[in-house]
Amino acid sequence: MNMKTLFDKVWQQHVVVPETQEAPAVLYIDLHLVHEVTSPQAFAELATRGLKVRCPDRTLATLDHSTPTLPAIDGELPYVTDEARHQVATLRANAATFGIELLDFGSGQRGIVHVVGPEQGATQPGMTIVCGDSHTSTHGAFGAIAFGIGTSEVGYVLASQCLLQRKPKTMAINVEGTLRADVCAKDVILHIIRTIGVEGGTGYAIEYRGSAIRGLDMDGRMTLCNMSIEAGARCGMVAPDEVTFAYLKDRPRAPKGDAWEAAVARWRDLASDADAQFDRQVHINAAEIAPTVTWGTHPGMGLSLSESVPNADDAQLAKARRYMGWETGEALTGRAVDVVFIGSCTNGRLSDLRAAADQLRGRHVHPRVRMLVVPGSDQVKRDAEAEGLHDVFRAAGAEWREPGCSMCIAMNGDIVEPGQIAVSTSNRNFEGRQGKGSRTILASPAVAAASAVVGALAVPASPRPERH
Amino acid sequence: MNPITELRATTFVLHQDNIDTDQIIPARFLTTTERTGLGRAAFYDWRFDASGAATTHPLNGEAKSHAILIAGHNFGCGSSREHAPWALLDFGFRAVISSEIADIFRSNALKNGLLAIVVGAEEHAYLIANPGIELRIDLETMQITGPNDWHTGFALDAFARRCLMMGVDQLGYLLAQDAAIAAFERNRAA
Ligand code: SF4
Repeated sequence: MNMKTLFDKVWQQHVVVPETQEAPAVLYIDLHLVHEVTSPQAFAELATRGLKVRCPDRTLATLDHSTPTLPAIDGELPYVTDEARHQVATLRANAATFGIELLDFGSGQRGIVHVVGPEQGATQPGMTIVCGDSHTSTHGAFGAIAFGIGTSEVGYVLASQCLLQRKPKTMAINVEGTLRADVCAKDVILHIIRTIGVEGGTGYAIEYRGSAIRGLDMDGRMTLCNMSIEAGARCGMVAPDEVTFAYLKDRPRAPKGDAWEAAVARWRDLASDADAQFDRQVHINAAEIAPTVTWGTHPGMGLSLSESVPNADDAQLAKARRYMGWETGEALTGRAVDVVFIGSCTNGRLSDLRAAADQLRGRHVHPRVRMLVVPGSDQVKRDAEAEGLHDVFRAAGAEWREPGCSMCIAMNGDIVEPGQIAVSTSNRNFEGRQGKGSRTILASPAVAAASAVVGALAVPASPRPERH
Repeated sequence: MNPITELRATTFVLHQDNIDTDQIIPARFLTTTERTGLGRAAFYDWRFDASGAATTHPLNGEAKSHAILIAGHNFGCGSSREHAPWALLDFGFRAVISSEIADIFRSNALKNGLLAIVVGAEEHAYLIANPGIELRIDLETMQITGPNDWHTGFALDAFARRCLMMGVDQLGYLLAQDAAIAAFERNRAA
């Protein structure tokens, strides 16, 4: 009888040495993505021990976290500090020394690590993918086991192409039915995290299933899997299907010709078997999901836009209310906002920029609001400009920037000032995440852009579909 | 890494759930290319106000004399930055105990000799309610003992425990699997 889950199948294909009581499994890694922030100490360790990178061709590096989103002035990029500049130079030097491909400035392929992997076709179904970054879960949208690792482990993978891992439990999150027309993947994942909690997924690999998930395009599936870590899960996955294959076909690093046909045949077998057993099942009715945002200081503090801030006198809720400056029981919509950020590995892809532009076309950003639009990659930027989205943003009064993580993590100088409220399409609303004292409301691109126009947290207007 | 078989130290309590890695070390300190000296950045935005002056947070006071951090539920959630355990260690903590510790943080902590230990809800409540007590964490017997015969067992992955007790990291073990890894690669190529 076939009873394996998608996760089980991919896992099994990568076990080099099986797990025992005494030792975790040795798991082979197909693709190792590297960026400037979590790699320098790992390369230093390799150098100290006189080790080489075992599989440079399975390693791909990019620059995203510390990089400026303003263009070079007289050939000099405006780094926030010399230390940031040095960090980027360090990865450049390490890539050269260890023979790793770096998607550098000028390559036309640089961008946020979780945006460039898929768009280059490097991310493929059935792979194991790791990166020194927790949002590596994004790549699970293709039916890969993809998870974030620490810097020590970055060194282990560089040196051995393997990791020591215990097999996590599996959880199926079934979203059945039809999503409301005004609901997108960001709303779905904020709703899921609100439902299972920020540690609801701890110790689990999640598979998102059901008709509502199958109905999402790849950008949406990536948004969904991206925030699996915000529910505490090791990783999130969606079974590969025709949507996945259509996305990958003809991507630069995807298989070609006969190899493509063979790969697709292999990928088709990855889906969970009909009677596969999961350790936990969660059922969600798609029709019950409304446009959702966070009001508090962790991603589980989500509410639909029509709700009001909870008035329970629970200490944690009260602390979050105080930090965010809400009155008890205050309605969410109408809360004045100072900054709107469109971007990140959660919502910095082309369809996200389109959704934001649809809210802005022929309208103007409220004078109180600073709006920053940061494409997820060079490719996203080119595609967006080809359809004139940059003109829509600029005409509306938003800043159109160079690709990078930017205000999602606020380590490149793009920050939300102390006390300011930002509506952000990123993934974390922790205290100070977007700069010391910053206050973050997580939302979809449509909600964020609509709020920029109103100057307050707002329900999206019906889009003006003049796009094509 | 020095081998660790036991830790005897007093506790400092941070009674707050879901303390994320952005609190443990804010992102703007991550442009470093080193792993040392990050203690100054630990809990920076709790310890210093907007003008850079030290706050009255107990992390600036009594915390300095305690090496075991007792933290609220789901400690270390958020990013995979290993800078978080590096900062805690450099600050002076040798162990963190909670009723839930986020996956990646725990894995990172153990690799650096920061004992990340999960205890039951009842034991956790006791530790939260009794700051400053001396505990003995014994990796041999997998027991934590406190004053007046208070004690509790804890679970720790057998492999992580062995690495801690021998003072070795996992890389040596992985490199020793070279033949198996090469065979795996050959099989797949075939
Ligand atoms: S966009 Fe944000 S979450 Fe994504 S990789 Fe960059 S910093 Fe991390």
